[in-house]
Amino acid sequence: MFITLLKRELMLARRNWVAVLIPLFFFIMVVSLFPFAVSPEAEFLRQIAPGVIWVSALLATLLSLDFFYRGDYQDGSLEQLLIMSSPTQVALSKVVAHWLVTGLPLVLVSPLLAGLMHLNYSPDGILLERGHTPIMMFSLLLGTPSLCLLGAIGMSLSLGASRNGMLVAVMILPLYVPILIFGSAVITASLGNSGYNAQLAILAAILLFALTLTPFAIGRALKVAVS
Amino acid sequence: MANSSMSSWRWFHQLGSPKWFYQKSAKWLPWLWAITTMLLAFGLYYSLYASPVDYQQGNSVRIMYIHVPAAALSMVGYLSMAVCAVIGLVWKMKMSFMAMRAIAPIGALFTLITLFTGSLWGLPTWGTWWEWDARMTSELVLLFLYLGFIALHSSFSDRNKADRSAAILAIVGAINVPIIYGSVKWWNTLHQAYSVTKKGAIAPEMQTPLFIMIGAFYLLFAIMVIVRLRLEIINREAKSKWLQAEITL
Repeated sequence: MFITLLKRELMLARRNWVAVLIPLFFFIMVVSLFPFAVSPEAEFLRQIAPGVIWVSALLATLLSLDFFYRGDYQDGSLEQLLIMSSPTQVALSKVVAHWLVTGLPLVLVSPLLAGLMHLNYSPDGILLERGHTPIMMFSLLLGTPSLCLLGAIGMSLSLGASRNGMLVAVMILPLYVPILIFGSAVITASLGNSGYNAQLAILAAILLFALTLTPFAIGRALKVAVS
Repeated sequence: MANSSMSSWRWFHQLGSPKWFYQKSAKWLPWLWAITTMLLAFGLYYSLYASPVDYQQGNSVRIMYIHVPAAALSMVGYLSMAVCAVIGLVWKMKMSFMAMRAIAPIGALFTLITLFTGSLWGLPTWGTWWEWDARMTSELVLLFLYLGFIALHSSFSDRNKADRSAAILAIVGAINVPIIYGSVKWWNTLHQAYSVTKKGAIAPEMQTPLFIMIGAFYLLFAIMVIVRLRLEIINREAKSKWLQAEITL
């Protein structure tokens, strides 16, 4: 049942592939705005890179949520899905599809941004043999699913509301604080050549915690939205 | 046996009735106001005038007597909101959703007072009115959580949906508060550790007025919640006969 639901979500995404790519463009554009606003100096960019990449990833995830929930809610198929199967399954299928379609591409495209932010150079401008890109990708890989899970709660809660957009952000951004802290801390620690295993472990712990609990909240919220 | 256990749970059912609460709370309020005013007056006199000056912080230590009670209530407020949310979702008591709605802005206000008094105190003591310290930052995030709750609750035209959606958000937020606090603490720490009930950490002539102030603030919080809850009842039960009779009297 879950596989069927997931296939459905992915098929919808494939048929609207441009809409699905927009968050990715957004992610790249936001990151590349920072050199204009702050300074194109390599050393400076490297210092702010962890925060910039993580905040942009977070916003891209948040803004891409709409596609997976709004359409189904408006044309009534969400109601049918909830009649057909359990709310938790519907919730999980949507989150997994959302991550596969936006979270994973975000991780895959991030090396490009690492290049833009000079993440792979040492402070004296030498290209590092073992850059910080893999560890950055790994932190995004562990963090973006949690972003999708928590964001889905806010999105489903806002479905029945009269004004949304900003509303989802206002509800969910405070909840993103821990993920943001540990996600960017991983990259910062790596840049400072210190250990980052603890931060990665906590990111993983947050993911497991979110994975076990949030589907119930999302499912419940979806049910309230269609009631 | 069955009878006695039933009577001991009666208050719980009665609390679920807006009519019962509206009528009873009108009788409680004058008493609560009297006790709170006395306690607050005594506490303010004791803490702002009769308590000793701190040998390091000078008179600015007196800000603590407002700051600590407000901080306690900002967190208790969120927790009680989440408890109301659980009761409302599980037992479908409408009063509990009303209480949840009534608490939110008051909790946000106490959070704002905490942040404001904290920065007043921080300027002479730390030399800065804002520092990205763990407890301050989590208090700020708590304010954001309150604002998110209020924003969500007020953007539905269907009140029933608004209640249930906001209740889910309150529960999710309450589960997250310790996680946010833990991660922010890991991230940065400057604020002094919790010392209110720790033995020897605070002089008894400061601890006593602080406890009085905490008590007074709890009562003040309760009064504000009751008053708002009564307004909420008027708002929602406007069509019911008993309320119309009550108000036109």
